[in-house]
Amino acid sequence: MQSHVDWIDLLVALDKESLFGDLHKQYPTHDGHRHEVSPGGGIIYDAALRLKPEDISRPDVNLYPVPYQEVLLGALKETGHDKELSKYQVMTNTVAFGASVALIDYDFDIVAEAIKKGFTGRKAALGELNVRAARHGYDFMKKTFHDDSAYKLHPVPSKEKRMLIKAVQAVGIAKLRAGCTFQTYYPITPATDESEYLENHQKDYNTVVVQTEDEISAVLMATGAAHAGVRAATSTSGPGFSLMAEGLGWAGHTEAPGPVVILYQRAGPSTGLPTRTEQGDLQFVLHAGHGEFPRIALAPGDVVECFYDTFDAFNYAERFQMPVIVIADKFLASSYRTVPIFDTSHLQIDRGQILSESDLAARSLYKRYEHTPLGVSPRSLPGTRGGIFHTTGDEHDEFGHITENSENRVKMMQKRMHKLQLAAEAISDSKKVNFFGPKQADVTIVGWGSTKGPILDSIQDLEVDGIRCNFLQVRYMSPFPTGLITKYLSNAKRRVLVEGNYSGQLGALIREHTGITMNSKILKYNGRPFSQNEVYEGVREAIKNGVKEVVMAHA
Amino acid sequence: MPELNDYRTKVHNDWCPGCGDFGILNAVQMALLELKLKPHQVAIFSGIGCSGKTPHFVSTYGFHTLHGRVLPIATGAKLANTALTVVAVGGDGDAYGIGAGHFVNTGRRNLDFTYVVHDNGVYGLTKGQASPTLSKGLRTKSMAAPAIVEGINPLATAISAGYTFVARSYALDVRHLKETLKAAILHQGSALVDVLQTCPTYNDINTKEWYAGADLETKAPRLYKLEETGYDGSVRDPADAHEVNEKKGQAIIRSFEWGEKIPIGVFYRIQKPTFEDMLAIRMPAYKETPLVKQDPFHRDVTQLLESLA
Repeated sequence: MQSHVDWIDLLVALDKESLFGDLHKQYPTHDGHRHEVSPGGGIIYDAALRLKPEDISRPDVNLYPVPYQEVLLGALKETGHDKELSKYQVMTNTVAFGASVALIDYDFDIVAEAIKKGFTGRKAALGELNVRAARHGYDFMKKTFHDDSAYKLHPVPSKEKRMLIKAVQAVGIAKLRAGCTFQTYYPITPATDESEYLENHQKDYNTVVVQTEDEISAVLMATGAAHAGVRAATSTSGPGFSLMAEGLGWAGHTEAPGPVVILYQRAGPSTGLPTRTEQGDLQFVLHAGHGEFPRIALAPGDVVECFYDTFDAFNYAERFQMPVIVIADKFLASSYRTVPIFDTSHLQIDRGQILSESDLAARSLYKRYEHTPLGVSPRSLPGTRGGIFHTTGDEHDEFGHITENSENRVKMMQKRMHKLQLAAEAISDSKKVNFFGPKQADVTIVGWGSTKGPILDSIQDLEVDGIRCNFLQVRYMSPFPTGLITKYLSNAKRRVLVEGNYSGQLGALIREHTGITMNSKILKYNGRPFSQNEVYEGVREAIKNGVKEVVMAHA
Repeated sequence: MPELNDYRTKVHNDWCPGCGDFGILNAVQMALLELKLKPHQVAIFSGIGCSGKTPHFVSTYGFHTLHGRVLPIATGAKLANTALTVVAVGGDGDAYGIGAGHFVNTGRRNLDFTYVVHDNGVYGLTKGQASPTLSKGLRTKSMAAPAIVEGINPLATAISAGYTFVARSYALDVRHLKETLKAAILHQGSALVDVLQTCPTYNDINTKEWYAGADLETKAPRLYKLEETGYDGSVRDPADAHEVNEKKGQAIIRSFEWGEKIPIGVFYRIQKPTFEDMLAIRMPAYKETPLVKQDPFHRDVTQLLESLA
């Protein structure tokens, strides 16, 4: 399971507003969640609200009124805290939580352990109190209501060791494994968590983490460090990436071996919806900065791909001497996933060609931007005897000195841009796209990034409905896998694009490179991630009713 | 024995005849020679403008960066390889205009490096617009009208920002400039050397003659050397907050002296832990070996992964 659904099977309403909304306000924002509960589902609510079933008007769901405060008092009495109810009032949520755990028949010991983990040190006693409150909620449910819930949750035994991880952690660990020793950042949601993760481990891994004055500085400080010979990275979100455009150009033009930039997209433009997700920056990543310079852009679709793509990014940056951008998003950044522990045994570091002092001594002349048969000029690291070079954001000759010579300009442009071709040839096809499902299908879904989960999860339901689907996930945006995409899409019966943006940016990119157009688009740009049922409904709408563009907006 | 020629490249120099840049370039090369710094141990970084071409004329590692962005790039390189001697050069527009944010925040860090700013009051490469240091009311020859905004005081700004060595020199007094640069490079921490400089092409006010006081009744040179007046800008006890404030205040007041008399020399100097020192508190290994010399390529991340299991 790699996605969420929009309906609710069990609603735990802590207050009246959760059920009925805030329609009494001058500017109401919602009309409550009682409508969203699926038939056969349940609602736990505060018995003190004294609601009649007809008030809730959902005869098709089970109602579980629980006197939150009364149950809490029972718990507090046991420890002699019952005179301090107002102080512990907030713990009614733990009571409700305990009640919900009883309903799904989950192992209470696991719950108790999880609660205690949240209260360490001086707060440990409070943890114990919360466990007690949850237990009372749990027991109340068990003795008050029949065990009639259709939804149970039991642990699944697993042979392999698994971990609970989100992308900011996966990326951070990948950076450490890749030998990154230099990270810069300017605080921004949702990217900062990754830099903080690295800063928390900087002592053990001897990694410099610098909080810079802005993202202009962040990208350039990392570029300076990369030129000086370390693996350097920065992480940001859209507004910060906008500021980095100038620096990326300098990195590309001076053939810096980095930096690696992790872009956690959020809903733009401008400040947009700063804590919400979007896939709106794809075309910007590919074009950020004036003029033309090479860059590699990878788009992992889940936490596992975030890990391996980040690792690869450093190899590409050094081997092909250009900035590498890993495009993730807010949804990936902060969504926890349970996955097997990453296998790091096969990971290989590739630093490209670096000349040592003795390599340099064997040469009569060192030219940092030499035209070589291999297409990438070997670099020297500042501080190395015999390796002195110059570099500049002006057009330059093989020594890195400024020249406006026409012939040189053409050769240098070709040298830089050709490296993308080299990268395309060197990188295995299996990394560039993923293709899921049968070769022949009624529908080929096309997507990228974090829509991978909901797309994969919707394919089965669509099959049940008689719509046979396969799925092309594009992972490399630059160099663009034109040949592979053409192979998969040219014979597809119907192509349906799923993207978290307004204009269908990947669709445009595919058309630009291959001439292939999409039959339908399913788009979403309200800042919320795609759910499994939205992909399902969107594809159905596109196929059964021939709709060209379906806009999803579930919140 | 190395000689001055070892610090020169054969790149054609296209600065205007009489440009103050030549004095700065010569002083930089002479300072490196006299400090016996081997060319491959030095990296020179520049921004954009006439001064931006400086690295191309010096046979050390040379990075000609972006307008206003020299400091972040130089900082990154220095932090990656703390064994490098890092000198950044830039213009006054570069440093105090488009790069002002970087200028202030780099001072806060107190990275061990030297920043040489070519301060001539105009944007030379774009033909003479007012730079951030041009005084209000002045009109150089290609300006349509006199400046209507105040000029910035680079020295006072630097002291407030946290630079631990703040000096001013003069491009046409190569000897004084060279000695100031040597002291700045030897200083452990962020050093700013603001270099008053003539622009014979676009600044027809602050000319060589003007600095020499030719327009004054006394005909006495405007520039005088702080060190010849008994002025002492060095903090003796960095832990003594009172002395630190006294010295800062003294330097800031003196930095506003401008007109018939203009001081040059070291205004303020204090020995404090550098950014590198502070990083080494967090990561002891950082002090022992520059990052670039370490081997982070055989790291085991099993523990990090297992901790999430």
